Amino acid sequence: MNRVGPLVGVLIAVLSASPTVRLCGQDTTAGKKVYEKWCAGCHGDTGAGDGPAAAHMLPRPRNFTGAVYKIRTTASGQLPTDADLMRAIDEGLPGSAMPAWKGRLSDAERRDVMAYLKTFSSFFADTSQHVAALKFSSAPAGGTDPSALKEGRRFYEDSIHCNKCHGDQGRGDGPSAPTLKDDAGFPIYAADLHENWRFRGGGTVEDIYHRLRTGLDGTPMPSFSDLIEQKFLTDEQLWRLAQYVRSLSPARTPEVRDVIHAPRAAGPLPAAPDDSAWARVDRYWFPLVGQVIRKLRWFAPAVSGVWVQAVHDGKAVAVRVSWDDRSQSPDTAWLGFERRVRETVAGDDSGASAETDRWPDQLAVQFPRRIPEGMERPYFLMGSETDPVYQWRWTSATRGGRAVAGLARGLERFDTLPAAPASGAVYDHGEWRVVFTRSLATPDTANELQFATGRAIPVAFFAWDGSSGEKGTRMAVSSWYFLALDQPTPSRVLVTPVVAMLLTLGLGIVVVRRAQRRQA
Amino acid sequence: MRRAMLAVVCGLFVMASAKERPADPQGGATITGKIKFTGTKPANPKIDMSEEPKCKAKYQTPPTEEIVVVNPNGTLANVFVYVKAGLPPSYKAPAPAGAVTLDQDGCRYHPHVLGIMVGQNLEIKNSDGILHNIKAKGTKNRPFNISQPAIMTSTRTFTAPEVMVPLECNVHGWMHAWLGVLPHPFYAVSGADGSFSIKGLPPGTYTIEGWHEKYGTQTATVTVAGSETKTQDFTFAGK
Repeated sequence: MNRVGPLVGVLIAVLSASPTVRLCGQDTTAGKKVYEKWCAGCHGDTGAGDGPAAAHMLPRPRNFTGAVYKIRTTASGQLPTDADLMRAIDEGLPGSAMPAWKGRLSDAERRDVMAYLKTFSSFFADTSQHVAALKFSSAPAGGTDPSALKEGRRFYEDSIHCNKCHGDQGRGDGPSAPTLKDDAGFPIYAADLHENWRFRGGGTVEDIYHRLRTGLDGTPMPSFSDLIEQKFLTDEQLWRLAQYVRSLSPARTPEVRDVIHAPRAAGPLPAAPDDSAWARVDRYWFPLVGQVIRKLRWFAPAVSGVWVQAVHDGKAVAVRVSWDDRSQSPDTAWLGFERRVRETVAGDDSGASAETDRWPDQLAVQFPRRIPEGMERPYFLMGSETDPVYQWRWTSATRGGRAVAGLARGLERFDTLPAAPASGAVYDHGEWRVVFTRSLATPDTANELQFATGRAIPVAFFAWDGSSGEKGTRMAVSSWYFLALDQPTPSRVLVTPVVAMLLTLGLGIVVVRRAQRRQA
Repeated sequence: MRRAMLAVVCGLFVMASAKERPADPQGGATITGKIKFTGTKPANPKIDMSEEPKCKAKYQTPPTEEIVVVNPNGTLANVFVYVKAGLPPSYKAPAPAGAVTLDQDGCRYHPHVLGIMVGQNLEIKNSDGILHNIKAKGTKNRPFNISQPAIMTSTRTFTAPEVMVPLECNVHGWMHAWLGVLPHPFYAVSGADGSFSIKGLPPGTYTIEGWHEKYGTQTATVTVAGSETKTQDFTFAGK
């Protein structure tokens, strides 16, 4: 006892002095270890959302000290439930840097770290602040019916005025969008409602309804629960709004496919960005990420991806690239926002100044100069001095949006070629649609890609949003994908299988007949 | 708990006509004063309300923000003056049943600076009939953020003393108000003549603080006895 006594005393003193004590069967000591290893890099040692990586991020990592959480099932401003916190840890927050930890950390580790992060705020220790999840109704049927969507649209536009921030067509380009800040004063984008797979709290109609009820604390997005209590709208009408918002995104999350199939058009190529023929051409989604390889790096790309369609007629190819962009840059309404983004997202090296300028939106479509025979391709990040790439570049600065073609020899050098593809561009409620058209074959075979049918042609995409401070190496990039111009189907491809089937059938009949005759 | 609720309900009937301010306690001492302003008066940013024609129409001349409001007599308005320390530990003040009203009119908050007691109702009124959201960004109180797309009133309360809780509208980035939450009724906001008055104080020595959204805080120590009135002026200097 004499020897153990002091030890026990020390232990008790340590336990009571440190906040990392057991509570409700959740081990905050073990949680601290997990936190320091996996979470502190972004969220910071003290949970203030200021880890070494935080300065490069937009949105910033959660600051746990205020216990203010976006994704909850509780009323506006209330603490989240344990289940809410577990969901964010398990599934991550899509559209942000927060990954899903289920499968990376054990069940116990995730539970422990959840318990530990609650110790960063005194609110969790105050049981009078604990609240239960809201009771949510379930979705009324008929949520994809035109009448339901029409009613949802009415609330979106005329009644609740979601368009003030989210824009007329829901691409986050409303008149108030350029002024938005989160509680810490950082610039924040109104969500692009056409990309539900990037919604922080999930993209189902239930998730959307829950966010309408709870709001996203710490952001400008309010709760609409009061409006039901005040009989401004009914619960069902709020569901209709959720169903309308859900309808703005594709029915299924776009799958990233490697090859763009360009069908052979029956009629003339759709050369205009809004030619109705585009509605009948498959579109392919390619996600873009920040350019973080070469200085100046860019960790907060504004363009999350591009939709690509292509069609050819045996003589020329037309490629339409569509992407969501909140501003038709240069746009003076977004200058303040751009400045705040530049101040918020730290440059990695130069201490990039917060200068702002009226930069345009830009797009580059990249091909190799020649269709490669094997798997060798030029360096995806705009080629190199010795192995340049052939690019189409479009910028919103030139009226009418005329594109140029050229050879990129790395990020620094772009040599414009004399021949440019035909191009056309439309900006429509937060979306750019740009079409490039070019002959498959050209006289300048040394520098310009010669398109050929039935081949896998490497292709990559780059996009810049000028109003988000993007220019030069501060851009969104894709890796190499492929473009395949479908070959006209030769008649023997259709006839041969039919002949083969008939022969097999005939032979079968002969064999069976003979066998039957022998038995008889 | 039940008794407390009963008391509140009774209070509601008794004090149904209560005004925004908590009822002045009977008797006691008074601390009064003026908020003086020296130096250069900064220009408040102009507000471009062209997005909201309904609000814009309410102004003859282009409206400005209300960060620094210097009165014609050279005093400073919108200074929150309150007893920061000095009340006996046993001092208890129930929340008044009357509510404090914050109005959204002409896409600005009225008043711009206001006080409320812990547990007292804050009635948030939308007189504009256009979309506002009202967000409270306290750190000692839980935050909230609610939508008001039409003429309506919403009610919220605060659980902890906090000077100040920032209030804002995100649809209209220029709309800011400041709410001081206190466990006692000894606070005031300097008005159009720059004066303030804190009444009904028990005898004692108090730390009085004046808070301004741009110029920060100033404190003074004042001792009062009986039902006397003492004067304590504050001076804020423009930069």
